[in-house]
Amino acid sequence: MDSSRRSFLNLLLGVTGVGALGSIVYPVLKYLTPPQNAEQSVASVVAATVGELKPNSGKIFKFGNKPGILIMTQNGEYRAFSAICTHLNCTVQYDPEIQQIWCACHNGHFDLFGKNVSGPPPKPLESFDVEMKGENVGDEIVVLRRS
Amino acid sequence: MIQRLLTWLEDRVDLSSIKHLIQEKTVPRHRMTGFYFFGGVALFFFIVQIISGILLLFYYRPTSEEAFESVKFIMTQVPFGWLVRSIHSWSANLMILSLFLHMFSTFFMRAYRKPREITWITGFLLLGLSMGFGFTGYLLPWNKLAFFATRVGTDMVSVVPLIGEWLLRVLRGGEDVTGATLTRFFGIHVTILPMIVFALLGIHLVLIQQQGMSVPIGARIKGQIPFFPNFMMKDLLAWLLALAVLAGIASIFPWELGVKADPFASAPAGIKPEWYFLFMFQALKVIPAHVLGMEGEVLGLAAFGLCGLLFMLVPFLDRKAQREERSKLITGAGWVAVIFIVAMTIWAYLD
Repeated sequence: MDSSRRSFLNLLLGVTGVGALGSIVYPVLKYLTPPQNAEQSVASVVAATVGELKPNSGKIFKFGNKPGILIMTQNGEYRAFSAICTHLNCTVQYDPEIQQIWCACHNGHFDLFGKNVSGPPPKPLESFDVEMKGENVGDEIVVLRRS
Repeated sequence: MIQRLLTWLEDRVDLSSIKHLIQEKTVPRHRMTGFYFFGGVALFFFIVQIISGILLLFYYRPTSEEAFESVKFIMTQVPFGWLVRSIHSWSANLMILSLFLHMFSTFFMRAYRKPREITWITGFLLLGLSMGFGFTGYLLPWNKLAFFATRVGTDMVSVVPLIGEWLLRVLRGGEDVTGATLTRFFGIHVTILPMIVFALLGIHLVLIQQQGMSVPIGARIKGQIPFFPNFMMKDLLAWLLALAVLAGIASIFPWELGVKADPFASAPAGIKPEWYFLFMFQALKVIPAHVLGMEGEVLGLAAFGLCGLLFMLVPFLDRKAQREERSKLITGAGWVAVIFIVAMTIWAYLD
């Protein structure tokens, strides 16, 4: 009789203790999680202008708050990808010598379609659409997120 | 005068245990006695870290706009600022080096066997925390190398099952490495890590005093050296040497500041983390993207985590050491670890 009363009290104490601790820990964990700031979910940006890139070169541009890479291939075609390496988040660059997109951090290589061809990257780069506003020097080259 | 002061103190505080310790503590003399110095040397570098770190706090500003400029100000305008920063960076590296030497020497001497399991575990955690200090401190000058190192390093936590993504957001203070990350790392570097380290270091040092120095299994003891003052004098000599080395390196090779971080620049070619992360970096670099249907990176990190865990629990795994016997398996595993770390590090430098 007495011992069951004791264990009931212990249970009550335990539950209250966990509750009290939780009421402290929960707000602290929530506080540490940064609020989701209005994600700059841009759909398209002007990445460059005609004449800015020479064949076989690349350029990093701002796609919202993330870097993107615009490439002009050897035969004058434009391609655009997310510049964030799918391995561990480094920013990639265009390597004109091997005509590949290259990540300096862990030596990852992607081909001109953004496909991961060697090194540790497990996935291809996210690719974007490229839209030319004209053919003349100074005309805008717009990069759009694929829908 | 001193005697009167001591009597005054003794009337109020019980000093008998400290007195006892001072009089009784000895250090066994044997072939490996020299390895007893590295723990003390690491402690010395830690003290240097506290002092130089506090000094840096007087000028440093932890925001993405001002961090780089404030470190530049310390390096170029503040009298001896270059020296203080250089000392802080070099001492961090020398501290980690001493910790590795300390850890492997205690490992091979089986200093972790009963009753020193807790000393070993706190020591292992202290090494991990020191690497955490190194990782968070590296970002604070907000230069290009640090920016990418942090992006890579934080991205690794996302492989932690279930809470990885959340952990990543908490560490970075958002989706990406930004000024918010810098401020968080600063807070972790100067408040959270020091608090945990002080607690663990306290336990570690008290246990060492209580348990005394471990004697390697089967070591031929050629007598005992009284700790006070004989061994302490040698310790101080080691500290003096450590200071000389530190001061020499820090003034001849001042720590570089590099280029300010630009979130919209490509990672520079030849980018590498600090040397004590190089072996993991190199391993992650050479593991292919997919191994047995798993992402190579996940596999690599899981393997490192498992090895770390086994290493921390070695006092409980090494059954032979519990019976005061040497195990070839444990020695072999230790050498594999040493050779792996050294070889991977050299490879990363040459690559």
